[in-house]
Amino acid sequence: MFVCRAIVALLLAASVLTGAAHAEPADLDALVQDLGAGGFAQKQKAIDGLAATGDPAAVRSLEAMLDGKLYRRLSDGRVAIGAPSGQVIRLSDPLTGADLGDAAPADVDRVTINNRLRAGLRAALGGLTLLSPEPSVRRSAADAILKARPEGIEPLLRQALTRESDDSVRAAMEQALAAVQLSSAPEPEIRIAALRTLSQAANQDVRALVAGLLVQDANGVPAEPDADVRAAAETTLAAIERRLAMWGILGNLFHGLSLGSVLLLAAVGLAITFGVMGVINMAHGEMVMLGAYTTFIVQEWFRAHAPGAFDYSILVAVPMAFVVAGAVGIAIEQSVIRFLYGRPLETLLATWGISLILQQAVRSAFGPTNREVGAPSWMSGAIEVAGGLTLTYNRLWIIVFSLVVLALLMLLNRATDFGLTMRAVVQNRRMAASMGIRTGRIDALTFGLGSGIAGIAGVALSQIDNVSPNLGQAYIIDSFMVVVFGGVGNLWGTLVGAMSLGLINKFLEPVAGAVLGKILVLVGIILFIQKRPRGLFALKGRAVEA
Amino acid sequence: MRDRLTKAVAACMIVLGLTAATAPSQAAETIKVGVLHSLSGTMAISETTLKDVMLMLIEDQNAKGGVLGKKLEPVVVDPASNWPLFAEKARELMQKDKVAAVFGCWTSVSRKSVLPVFEELNGLLFYPVQYEGEESSKNVFYTGAAPNQQAIPAVDYLMSADGGAATRWVLLGTDYVYPRTTNKILRAYLHAKGVADADIMENYTPFGHSDWQTIVAEVKKFASAGKKTAVVSTINGDANVPFYKELGNQGIKADEIPVVAFSVGEEELAGLDTAPLVGHLAAWNYFMSVETPENTAFIKKWRAFIKNAKRVTNDPMEAHFIGFNMWVQAVEQAGTTDVDAVRQAMYGQKVKNLTGGTAVMNTNHHLSKPVLIGEIQPNGQFDIVWRTKDVVPGDAWSDFIPESKKLTADWTFPWVCGNCESPRFGKAVPAGL
Repeated sequence: MFVCRAIVALLLAASVLTGAAHAEPADLDALVQDLGAGGFAQKQKAIDGLAATGDPAAVRSLEAMLDGKLYRRLSDGRVAIGAPSGQVIRLSDPLTGADLGDAAPADVDRVTINNRLRAGLRAALGGLTLLSPEPSVRRSAADAILKARPEGIEPLLRQALTRESDDSVRAAMEQALAAVQLSSAPEPEIRIAALRTLSQAANQDVRALVAGLLVQDANGVPAEPDADVRAAAETTLAAIERRLAMWGILGNLFHGLSLGSVLLLAAVGLAITFGVMGVINMAHGEMVMLGAYTTFIVQEWFRAHAPGAFDYSILVAVPMAFVVAGAVGIAIEQSVIRFLYGRPLETLLATWGISLILQQAVRSAFGPTNREVGAPSWMSGAIEVAGGLTLTYNRLWIIVFSLVVLALLMLLNRATDFGLTMRAVVQNRRMAASMGIRTGRIDALTFGLGSGIAGIAGVALSQIDNVSPNLGQAYIIDSFMVVVFGGVGNLWGTLVGAMSLGLINKFLEPVAGAVLGKILVLVGIILFIQKRPRGLFALKGRAVEA
Repeated sequence: MRDRLTKAVAACMIVLGLTAATAPSQAAETIKVGVLHSLSGTMAISETTLKDVMLMLIEDQNAKGGVLGKKLEPVVVDPASNWPLFAEKARELMQKDKVAAVFGCWTSVSRKSVLPVFEELNGLLFYPVQYEGEESSKNVFYTGAAPNQQAIPAVDYLMSADGGAATRWVLLGTDYVYPRTTNKILRAYLHAKGVADADIMENYTPFGHSDWQTIVAEVKKFASAGKKTAVVSTINGDANVPFYKELGNQGIKADEIPVVAFSVGEEELAGLDTAPLVGHLAAWNYFMSVETPENTAFIKKWRAFIKNAKRVTNDPMEAHFIGFNMWVQAVEQAGTTDVDAVRQAMYGQKVKNLTGGTAVMNTNHHLSKPVLIGEIQPNGQFDIVWRTKDVVPGDAWSDFIPESKKLTADWTFPWVCGNCESPRFGKAVPAGL
């Protein structure tokens, strides 16, 4: 070990002579080498050591360790950053970035970490990146410090504050400073002042910190010894909680709208096949499933042939899913359903059978296990609004997407010839036929349209749910519920029905729990249908009787 | 004409006679093994793999010359994720096909459904999945983990400094018998460790729950009370993928709120981008990433059998591997497939674990196995962060529920019982003998 280090030191001394390394490279390198040695406790010590140097040169190695990209070469025990490329791992020096050649996976050990080290790494990186030129990096550094509050960070934080120019980063740093003072300053006055700063926050990490002061241990002794500070903490906590409660309501609203948009997407195709055509289509869910599998196939193609354009795969999948599910829908209509018009019970049984056939066919073709549908980068992650309210991008896009689909459908219905003939056939088939409309063809196209839209829904649902043969079953009941509740044959009804069911569900869930909430919604709908059998937006006029 | 008819009748009779003559001899040449796993419906996602593993193990054993000089013949049936159908198919396997043993079931509700049939017909079931315990039937061998081989060690790990020293707990589960019983045991265990009820949040969701926004937001809120919080997940089946997607998207980092799962393994992660989930945990008796010669050979064999170089292995597969090999050894030792003889030969049977050490079948029909805790990695595998030094014997009746603490499961003399407070034959032994 000593010899090893000596050699390393010599090598580094050589690199100092060339002027490539930093102020105390031997020290730094020894610490970096320690990251790969021994158990978790030793690694933690090395991380603390690197954090204490305050040298930004260590950032690369710590980040690599956090991302699981730090390797240890078995031949000489040297720690290096590895980038897997094909069958080999390309190694580079964690400090200088110099190429260390390729290694086979069997010749290196990945440096493993656990959650404790992960927290330590984030705290260390917070300190080391506080003076970064990037405002967003400084911002996340301040947030990391607020969460971890490492010892001895205060002078650095003050230094960063004096030169900070960005207002929002400055606010984050002030909060971080207050948090650090709150947990380490010995004087009660400073802690109370810190609490005053923190009371402006609407942040669950701050809430956790302040609430932590009031936590009592097994003997009833509170964590905070000073009574004045405790009183201040209580006021601060109350202020934060008021703000959090408000954000909580907004959060529920977003969750409700998001669930509503998922329901809307799943149901809007059914609003055509069931709502407009009156076909009890139990295979509707399987059209959704086919759309999701189409997404999977499109993504596989992109992965194999155009990995750089993967982010656009979803955009290609939307028309593909429409075509695939629509074609299957037309085939089902032509081969089965058109012989069963006017016989709802037989239609129900036949389409149910079709749904089982489709499920098993997909299971045989793709296997029973889930298929991985990746999220494009613009659909992953979230915006942290405030107060613990995170708006996830995939949900946001699905809300937008569902509204666009509905708008396009309405446009098609109202403003095109096809929409006109479709409505004509539905309202009075014989009259439409005598005006020269080929009703059979319109039936097939309408069913294809409904199925195609279900396929599009599948593209969106593949982003939030399992892509498995059972995907459709999860949505068929909900879809019928939305269409019946909203009013059969009315697209506005479907919109209002889906959104209100989503909102009701999400406002009930925190109170009653997911299981009871669902039951309550079902009971509510049964009662509602008793009062208004035709749903929220009932069609009026002769069409109803037809 | 008449002549032709008699000829035809004679031919028919010969054929019939032949089949009648060959039928018993054919039956004598093979030993039938029942495979009772859903190949369609919701559970097909998990159970189809286990069917394939059984076929592989049987093929492998036949290549080694079978058992007792006879070839094994798999009888595969599909109970289609339909719990009552499990009982029907189990009866069919035992009465019509006369199988020597059955390997099957996944959910606890399917096991509860077949249990009376196995007890009535005195069959043998090998059940390969971790479960809630509180059961020991003389007709079932439980090769998956009992709560003390999975749930309790996982909670201990999260309480330790390395696991994050959690003091506040969220118990999330699907609403059925396994999560509810496991959480009952965990709550009692946490009480024993001095955790107050105010620091425990329990939440149940329906099967296939797909909208986790509210619950994940609630967990975040619960975790902001100034104490280190950990989540114990007994969420089962399809619901896991949307749950983990939501966790990833809402940015819950494993070092802030670690989630330990008991039903999420390599197979479940296969349909998921695991990069945002790195550091969340799972507790099992087996992980694919463990490097032992046995495991490497098993993975190689599995991938060759399934003709897919990317297929993963998981814990219930190892359970079937252990259970099947123990059954083969017990049959060889007993010299017969008779259920009562095989059961006696099963006790103390040893098979090498794929992860190192030796699994032993205990007299309470549960295995002694090692417990491992792994962290999810970006490649969908687990890094082992903790493991027991030795094997842990499975406990049928939890010590943390007062009613079941008193009960003992031991199918050997003097107990001969799955749930007794005192030995059934204890007084029969005269003192001094």
